Amino acid sequence: MKRKRFPWLEIVLLIVVLTVVGVLVNNLAVNLIRTGLGLSFEWLWQPAGFALSEHTLPYQPRDSTAWALLVSWLNSLRVIACSIVLATVLGVGAGAARRSLNPLLRQLAALYVGLIRQIPLLLQLLFWYFVAFLGLPSEPMAPIGALISLSNQGVAILGLNLSVEFSAVLVGLSVFTGAAIAEVVRGGLDSVPKGQWEAFRSLGISELLGLKKVVLPQALPAILPALSSQYLNLAKNSTLAIAVGFADLYAVSDTAITQTGRAIEGFLILLLSFLALNLLINGGMQALNRIVVRPAQRT
Amino acid sequence: MTKRRSLISLLSACLAITACATLGDGDASRVDLIRNRGELRCGVSGKIPGFSFLQRDGSYAGLDVDLCKAFAAAIVGNPSKVQYRPLTAPERFTALKTGEIDLLSRNTTFNLSRDASGGNGVSFAPVVFHDGQGLLVQRNSGIRSLKDLKGQSICVGSGTTTEQNLNDAFQSLGLPYKPIKYQDLNQVVAGYLQGRCQAMTSDRSQLASARSGFEQPEQHVILGDVLSKEPLAPLSSGRDQQLSDAMRWVVYALITAEEMGITQDNVGNKLQQAHDNPDLTKLRRFLGVEGDLGDKLGLSNDFVVNVIRATGNYGEIYNRHLGPDSAVPIPRGLNQLHRDGGVITAPPFQ
Repeated sequence: MKRKRFPWLEIVLLIVVLTVVGVLVNNLAVNLIRTGLGLSFEWLWQPAGFALSEHTLPYQPRDSTAWALLVSWLNSLRVIACSIVLATVLGVGAGAARRSLNPLLRQLAALYVGLIRQIPLLLQLLFWYFVAFLGLPSEPMAPIGALISLSNQGVAILGLNLSVEFSAVLVGLSVFTGAAIAEVVRGGLDSVPKGQWEAFRSLGISELLGLKKVVLPQALPAILPALSSQYLNLAKNSTLAIAVGFADLYAVSDTAITQTGRAIEGFLILLLSFLALNLLINGGMQALNRIVVRPAQRT
Repeated sequence: MTKRRSLISLLSACLAITACATLGDGDASRVDLIRNRGELRCGVSGKIPGFSFLQRDGSYAGLDVDLCKAFAAAIVGNPSKVQYRPLTAPERFTALKTGEIDLLSRNTTFNLSRDASGGNGVSFAPVVFHDGQGLLVQRNSGIRSLKDLKGQSICVGSGTTTEQNLNDAFQSLGLPYKPIKYQDLNQVVAGYLQGRCQAMTSDRSQLASARSGFEQPEQHVILGDVLSKEPLAPLSSGRDQQLSDAMRWVVYALITAEEMGITQDNVGNKLQQAHDNPDLTKLRRFLGVEGDLGDKLGLSNDFVVNVIRATGNYGEIYNRHLGPDSAVPIPRGLNQLHRDGGVITAPPFQ
């Protein structure tokens, strides 16, 4: 054990950090005074005065701006949660397919990952919205009976009604993040020594069972950290929803900011909301990490 | 820690006081700043044909753009010394407030919250275009008035007064509706043309200019309902009286020139007449041949001549971009001179 020394470095670091923060806060304060803006959050309790196209909680234009922001935060949360599930299914499927024995599956997965990773997400969202979903006929069509109905006014799956805006963001985010997750999964699978694969195959265990019982338990510790950063990316990318008319937190803050002229306060609220959202995801992933990665495997 | 915190607050207090003090002096006017820089930074939209739109050669053209040129002609003395900054609706006030641009000429509605010091605190020049918000629908949709839009989706641009007016109109009639909000007008148009919404809403001038780009403009009609009055005006940050005054009187100069029949073509002759004939006192004052009207504004005494040479009078600007022979014909209506039945008028140059 090293003897405790006086923490010079830590103290200097603390002073530097505090000074930088102090200068930034001071700059903000001085500039707010100079431009005559001043910080105020009273506008949050004024009636919002705009409608929202979709809301999970009851909402009317005469409700407060704070309520509108909360409702839109829930919209964000909803699309993020659904996308995380869908992206994980897509990603794990495609990642595993790239290491499958079936050459067609391998090629298809490689094509998916290669194609999607090369195109900016914003373009993909605009494509899904303006070309794919708004290109649907306005009269609902039901390709597989009553299971699903598609039109450019909305999508219904098993009687669950989704707006086209929600669907476009959901599909866009899931497909995009799915491709990234596929690479994470493939990397994780590759980290398992080849002998392990050969071992279970030589024992005549099926591919799926072998993956589940032999490979994944060893690959997960490598996959999980990268996976959680993909989830965080997905959450942050969801702000691009503004481009396709989905009433997410960013879009609604944008409206609130222009109607009130309170840009700095609006952005502070945005920052804190996304921080809260990502801490939520991060916390969830850490809990998962603790369950999945056995203590013996921790280094 | 306590010591440190008090030090920081003391420091910030000092800085705040000095900042206020330097501002209070008012010796560094924005007008001088622009003149020294030799260039006017003008915020525009860049996406509305007839008002400000990017041309094939990369330059901007439109009524809003001509106003930037007029301001540059008055302040810098050269209408081409303008740096255009295309801005979205949510960006515009921040860009103005932070001083990134000198003034905004971007189809902005003049209203109380924006003008008041407790609101955005900006300072508006006189109205250059009287507009009103309307709704565009498909001709064969059977929609004839607001009531027919009950419960329907309406495409709207976010971050504008448009959204609020739409809400005010529908809420007061007790009609439910679904706003589909996009960030800019192009997306609103795309959403509407793709059939996502039964109607799109914007200022009627913008609807007309958007419709001019449709494949079949005659298949779309602007409803008779006018949801709001939208007086559009250029504006400055509101911290500089001299700049506000200069802008106000440049706009009035354009209007007065139309009233007096002074055009881009004949301004040279008019100037000659003013020089030759000392009895034309009104004309002489207006063109800066006598008196000190320009000086009082902190501009050159003959700024009116520079402005008219650069852009012509208000009527010429209007006809160039919105007249019957232009790409976006909009009847002049309220925007005619007062003597012709409109509401455009200017106080005297005295």
